[in-house]
Amino acid sequence: MPLVKGGHIANDIFFHVADGAELPDDGAVLVSAARFLESSETLLRREGKIGVIWPNNRGLDDLVPHLDRLALVALVFPSFRDGRAYTQARLLRERHGFVGELRATGQVLRDQFVFMLRAGFDAFDVRKQSDAEAFGEAARRYSVFYQPTGDGHLSALHRRNESHASESAKP
Amino acid sequence: MYAYDELDRTLLHERVSEFRDQVKRRLSGELTEDEFKMLRLQNGVYLQLHAYMFRVAIPYGTLSSQQLRALAKVARRYDRGYGHFTTRQNIQYNWIKLSELPDALADLAEVGIHAMQTSGNNTRNVTSDQWAGVAPGEVDDPRIWSELLRQYTTLHPEFSFLPRKFKIAITASAHDRAAIKIHDIGLRLHKNEAGELGFEVLVGGGLGRTPFIAKTIKQFVHRRDILSYVEAIMRVYNQYGRRDNIYKARIKILVHELGIDKFAGEVEEEWRHIRDSALAVEDAAIDEIRARFTYPTYEKQPHMPDELKQAAHDPLFERWRRNSVFTHKVQGYSIVTISLKPVGAPPGDATADQMDVLADIAERYSFGEIRVGHEQNLALPHVAKRDLPALWKALDRIGLATPNVNLVSDIIACPGLDYCALANARSIPIAQELTRRFANHDTADLIGRLHINISGCINACGHHHVGHIGILGVEKNGEEFYQITIGGRADEQAEMGTLIGPAVPYAEVADVVEDIVEAYLALRDSGEELFVDTVKRLGVEPFRERVYATR
Repeated sequence: MPLVKGGHIANDIFFHVADGAELPDDGAVLVSAARFLESSETLLRREGKIGVIWPNNRGLDDLVPHLDRLALVALVFPSFRDGRAYTQARLLRERHGFVGELRATGQVLRDQFVFMLRAGFDAFDVRKQSDAEAFGEAARRYSVFYQPTGDGHLSALHRRNESHASESAKP
Repeated sequence: MYAYDELDRTLLHERVSEFRDQVKRRLSGELTEDEFKMLRLQNGVYLQLHAYMFRVAIPYGTLSSQQLRALAKVARRYDRGYGHFTTRQNIQYNWIKLSELPDALADLAEVGIHAMQTSGNNTRNVTSDQWAGVAPGEVDDPRIWSELLRQYTTLHPEFSFLPRKFKIAITASAHDRAAIKIHDIGLRLHKNEAGELGFEVLVGGGLGRTPFIAKTIKQFVHRRDILSYVEAIMRVYNQYGRRDNIYKARIKILVHELGIDKFAGEVEEEWRHIRDSALAVEDAAIDEIRARFTYPTYEKQPHMPDELKQAAHDPLFERWRRNSVFTHKVQGYSIVTISLKPVGAPPGDATADQMDVLADIAERYSFGEIRVGHEQNLALPHVAKRDLPALWKALDRIGLATPNVNLVSDIIACPGLDYCALANARSIPIAQELTRRFANHDTADLIGRLHINISGCINACGHHHVGHIGILGVEKNGEEFYQITIGGRADEQAEMGTLIGPAVPYAEVADVVEDIVEAYLALRDSGEELFVDTVKRLGVEPFRERVYATR
C-alpha cells in the first residue's frame, strides 16, 4: 500500500509494531492506541519517533495530553463511507494544535483526497497504486472552497468580502 | 433569483470535471461498482428498477426561465421527454444513460444548476418556502439564508460521509410551507425581543420507518452564529450518530436516544469552541449574497384591474382564480400556483414541451421566475393581476390550469413500484385513480382543503405520515396492501397521522378514501371546518366506524 506524503509517494519510516510484538531498539514506530496507553511512559522514553493509530470510535481525550510528544497520529477509515475521522482530524489540528504527521489509513481512495487535505491530513496510506500516482492531480482539482477549515484556504464567503473591500479601497 | 458569481461557477465546473473523471474510471473498470456507488450518489445518480435515475437540485425551489429551459433540454436530449418534480425541490429523470451523465451535468452547469448531494449520506438540497420573498409577512427572504447554507453544505470536507442523509429546510413565515418540522434541521427565521434577526433551530424531525416531529433545540440563534451552530450539530451527529444500522442512523434516532436536553448540551459544548471562529457570519457577507439576488421592479398596479373584473364573468376562470391565485406582498400582484396534478396523470410530472412553454410564460408574466414547492407543484411568484386572465388561457393551452391546488386530487406521491427499486407497492396508479374519482371540481371544492400523500414503502418519500390522508404501500404475501392514516399534517402544527384500520388491498384503496371523505362530509360541523380539523376534533374513531362498518 503506497504512502503519499508531502504530495508524493514516499517511504514509510515508521515500523508498525503489532500488539504484543517486541519493540525494536531504535527507529520510528507506529503502535495501536491500546498499546500506547498501556505503556506510554516506556514508549516515550525510548529513542525514535512514536506514532499512534487512533480508532475512529474513541474520543480524543486520552490522546490529547500526549500530542506534543507524538510524531504521527494515524486515523482510520474502516470504510470510505465512515467519515468520523474527518472530525477527529479537524479537532486535532484546529482545536488541539497538533503539528505532527496526520495520516489517513484504511480505505483511502482518490476521491477523498481533497476532503482529507482540507480536514488537516498530510499523509495517506492509499489503497491503490493508481490513486497514489494521481494524488497531485486530484489534490489540485478544486480551487474554490465554500467552508473555512484549518487548511489555510479562504472560504468563498471571505474571498468575496476581501475582493469587495479591496475594490472599495481603490480611489 | 440568485446569480452565480465567478467562484460559484468555478466550483461547479470543477465538480463536473471531477464527476466526468469518476464516470470514466467506472466505465474503464478502474472503479468497482461499490466504490462508484458512493460517488454517483453524491451526485444524485441512483440505480433504479429499469435504469439510472438522475436527481437534480433546485435549491430553495427557485428557477429562472433559462434554467427551466435547460431542465427541458435535459429531459428531451438525455431522457424520455419529461421530468418528475419531487417533494424536496428536486427534479428527477428516470431513464438517463451513465455515459451521457457528464454531458447532462455540463449542460446544467452552464445555467448554474447542479446535482451535488441530491442523494448519498451527506447534506441534501437546502429547501425553503416556494413563496419566499413574495409572501406577505416574512421577516426576511429565507432564500438568502438558504443560499448561505447551500454554499456552506456543498462539498463540506467534514460532513460528506455522515451516518445517513441530512436534510435542512428554512422558513421565514408564521405559516410553514417548507415542512421544517419533518427535517433533520429545521430553521425558522424570526426576531428576538431586541428585534435582532436570527433563527429558531429545530432538530431531529423525519419520516421513514421511525417518524419524529422535530424538537426545538434553541429558541434563538443569532444570524451571525447560524453556521457555527449548524456545524456544532453536524459535528456531534458525525461522531455519535449510529453507523451499525442504517435504519437507526438518522439524527432523529440520536436525538431520541440521548434526549433533546442531553443532545442540546453536547451541541452547546461543541458550539462554545467554534462560535467565534471563521464561521461567524458577518453582515457584509450576507450583503454580498443578498446583492446577487435580483428582485423585480414592480409597477404601481390597481388592486382590482379592469381585466380581472371582466374575466370574473367567466366561471371557469373564476374557479381557477379562487383556487390557484394567492396574495402577494405587493398590491396589484399575485402568486399563482400551477398544479402538476391533472386528472389521470402521475403527480409532479412535466413534459419538456410544458417546461419550455412555461419558461416563456414566466418571462412574459412573472419576471422570468418559476418556483417549485414540496407539494410537487410549480408557482409563478410575481404575476400582475391584470395579466391573470391571459395567463390562465396560456396555462390552460398546455394543460397546466387544473384548478385543484390544495384539494383532494392535489396528491403527493413517490414514484413507487413503477420506478423505484425500494418500493413494495405502486403509488402512481393509486394517485391516478384517485384523481379520476375526484375529477369533479364542484365536489372537490365542496370537500375543501385535503392533502393526500402516498408512499410506496416505509421510506416515506411521499410523506404519508403527514398527509391529511396518508397511504402507505406494504407487501403482504406477495400482494400490494395499503395502510391508511388520517389527521397528519406537515405545517407549523405538524403531526403524524393515525392508522384508521387494517390494511386494504390495492383494488380497495380508492373506495376507502372515498368512504373517508364521505364520513368527513357527514361529520364536519360546517362547510368551513377542514378535514384535518374534523379529525382533530373528533379523533379517528367515528371515521373508523363509518369506513370499516361494512368491511
